[in-house]
Amino acid sequence: MSAYLEFSGISKSYPGVKALSNVSFGVRKGAVHGLMGENGAGKSTLIRILSGDAAADEGTVRLDGETQHYQSTRDAFDAGVVVIHQELQLVPGLTVAENLCLGRFPATGGVIGFSAMYEDVRRKLELAGISVDPTRKVAELSIGERQMVEIAKAVMLDARVIALDEPTSSLSSRESEILFSLIDRLREDGRVILYISHRLDEVFRLCDSLTVLRDGRLAAHHETIKGVTRDQIVSEMVGREISDIWGWRSRPVGAVELEVDSVHGEKLPVPASFEARRGEILGFFGLIGAGRSELLRMISGADPRAGGHVRVGGVEIASGQPAEAIRKGVVLCSEDRKFDGIIQGRSLEENILISSRRHLTRFGVLDLRQEGQVAETFLKKLRVRTPSRKQDIINLSGGNQQKVILCRWLSEKGVRVLLVDEPTRGIDVGAKSEIYDILYQLAEEGMAIVVISSELPEVMGICDRILVMCEGRISAEIERADFNEQSILAAALPDEVTAASVG
Amino acid sequence: MTTSIKKLILGDQGLLVIFILAFALVSLTVPNFLTERNMLGLLQSVVTVGVIACTMMFCLAARDFDLSVGSNVAFCGMVAVMASNATGSIFLGILTALAAGALVGLFNGVVIAKFRINALITTLATMQIVRGLALISSDGRAVGIDDPGFYQLALSRFLGVPTPIWVLAALFVVFGFVLNRTVFGKNTLAMGGNPEASRLAGVNVDWMRIWIFTLQGFICAVAGILLASRITSGQPNAATGLELSVISACVLGGVSLAGGRATMTGVIVGVMIMGIARTS
Repeated sequence: MSAYLEFSGISKSYPGVKALSNVSFGVRKGAVHGLMGENGAGKSTLIRILSGDAAADEGTVRLDGETQHYQSTRDAFDAGVVVIHQELQLVPGLTVAENLCLGRFPATGGVIGFSAMYEDVRRKLELAGISVDPTRKVAELSIGERQMVEIAKAVMLDARVIALDEPTSSLSSRESEILFSLIDRLREDGRVILYISHRLDEVFRLCDSLTVLRDGRLAAHHETIKGVTRDQIVSEMVGREISDIWGWRSRPVGAVELEVDSVHGEKLPVPASFEARRGEILGFFGLIGAGRSELLRMISGADPRAGGHVRVGGVEIASGQPAEAIRKGVVLCSEDRKFDGIIQGRSLEENILISSRRHLTRFGVLDLRQEGQVAETFLKKLRVRTPSRKQDIINLSGGNQQKVILCRWLSEKGVRVLLVDEPTRGIDVGAKSEIYDILYQLAEEGMAIVVISSELPEVMGICDRILVMCEGRISAEIERADFNEQSILAAALPDEVTAASVG
Repeated sequence: MTTSIKKLILGDQGLLVIFILAFALVSLTVPNFLTERNMLGLLQSVVTVGVIACTMMFCLAARDFDLSVGSNVAFCGMVAVMASNATGSIFLGILTALAAGALVGLFNGVVIAKFRINALITTLATMQIVRGLALISSDGRAVGIDDPGFYQLALSRFLGVPTPIWVLAALFVVFGFVLNRTVFGKNTLAMGGNPEASRLAGVNVDWMRIWIFTLQGFICAVAGILLASRITSGQPNAATGLELSVISACVLGGVSLAGGRATMTGVIVGVMIMGIARTS
């Protein structure tokens, strides 16, 4: 069967980066086509071109044999191409039906026929197998339900091509399953689905065919997903073999470096105590909201403590003063890079040196030459992919931004305790293993490292010891030799959940 | 052809290009524009706006705002005149005015940073309070200067160029250096880019804000003294609406109101554009 949607020879450059070069592939009608690749591989650029948000420098997009010329997203929309972005585009204050009919309300003389509209939408939703009440306000819906509404919008517009950009990134597994069955139904209708995801499980569960992009080029195209292995896809994405992405290695563990003694605060009322040793990677596992981030934020001075002590190498760290904590050797790579990690609009160099430049100044005057050298050294050491250290950090992919934040703390002198909250969130496989490697190196150099992660395989893969938190208290401590998925999960789940699942 | 023009105007140096074009146009169309006398007059006219734009740039770059500058300029001019008259020493008068200006700025900074009151609201309030102080202390009338030496601040010339213009030039150089080459400048830009990230990276954000506002107040006093000398009296109603001219000049110069972006050259061009627009 010939391709219904066809990309041929697509190239696109942005200042300083070649985002796509000569990408060609086709997708059959009635297929779910996976689009994979690391961050910065060019997936989003391709989708932007498909949706008319950006124009290709070269190459064409053909739909059912017709070459498409989009001036705007509106044109693509009219041609039946709908992209569902990670950030959903619904009006929260309106009802589901109002959102679905926005722009073409069924009205007579400007008066909307509400009952007819709700009836009509309800019928169409039922037909599509989407169980959302059309009279509810979008603001009251869960993220999963909102996603359904977005898809319903595409279905009601009779979209021929629906592209989903990481649709499950904020869905629970039950919600994801509902989404998948909906996608299955769309496939049967004979639509073309482009499915972008980092998650291999999902791609294997859903997709009929698959394209892998790497560094803006076509790395692989599989007409059928049968017989393709996970390892194969991972190495196509990364461009090299990754046998063991954790790559944990044993190392000597020294004396106690960080002592946390009954620390508690507004958001974490139960006092928490633990120790971390030199050269140790200590993991914190727990459900979201278990209090892990709150604990680390109090240790690093990001949030004030109501009581308790934090000592580093025997020296007391005051509460709520990040600048002092940094001087005494405790630094935090926070969880939300965008909110409190990167400084948007400033260069990589400035993002790196914001804290450590005080070592390079004389009477507050900067030594630009030396600063450049320091930035260059760490960018190279951590293999940050960037055309220049003067680049605005916002232009980097998530993994590279995370590395820049690590550069910030590596360039700081005398760091003894590195606290890292979700070090690999939103980062692709290749960059992940590089970041793990950096953590191992730092531990080998004698730093005490505390890692929070919500991914159980990750904590089990990289940590020497795991503390499990549940509802604001430390519920278990497990040494690497005793790591076991079941016992860690059991300690992380609140009692009633475990009781329910057992009984 | 059109795309390259577009690029030139909308690019990084777009403002400079527009400025040069405007300058050339005005030079050709307005008679006597390009004379030394007129040029110096133009520069004289932008001294107040230009001087304050230097520190307003820091304020805006740090995501803050200062609406009290106009009132503060008038107030400091009054203080300079009245203190000179009272003590009989111009030097002491100037010193008092500088201290008064810095104090107003310090007050703004402390209220904004420590009490966490929105900069817009805080400076809107100080704008009224300070203007009120200027009016009360002078009974609403202009106050003349006893010692004619005070006029010399604005009238004296060095190498044929009036002193205020030298002051302006010096401040441009100093604040350009501070912005680009000191920890203070870089931290200001970082704070504006992402205040929370800067705090966690060890920047003392509260302290920085207090300093920025204090500096702003101090520079307002400089502008106030020069202005009082030029108009040969302390005028409680001087410099009304100045805050908007200064902010406009900064924004014209590419300083982002969302914080994190500012260049000294941009601000200089912004100030000059305001000057040309007003005088011609």
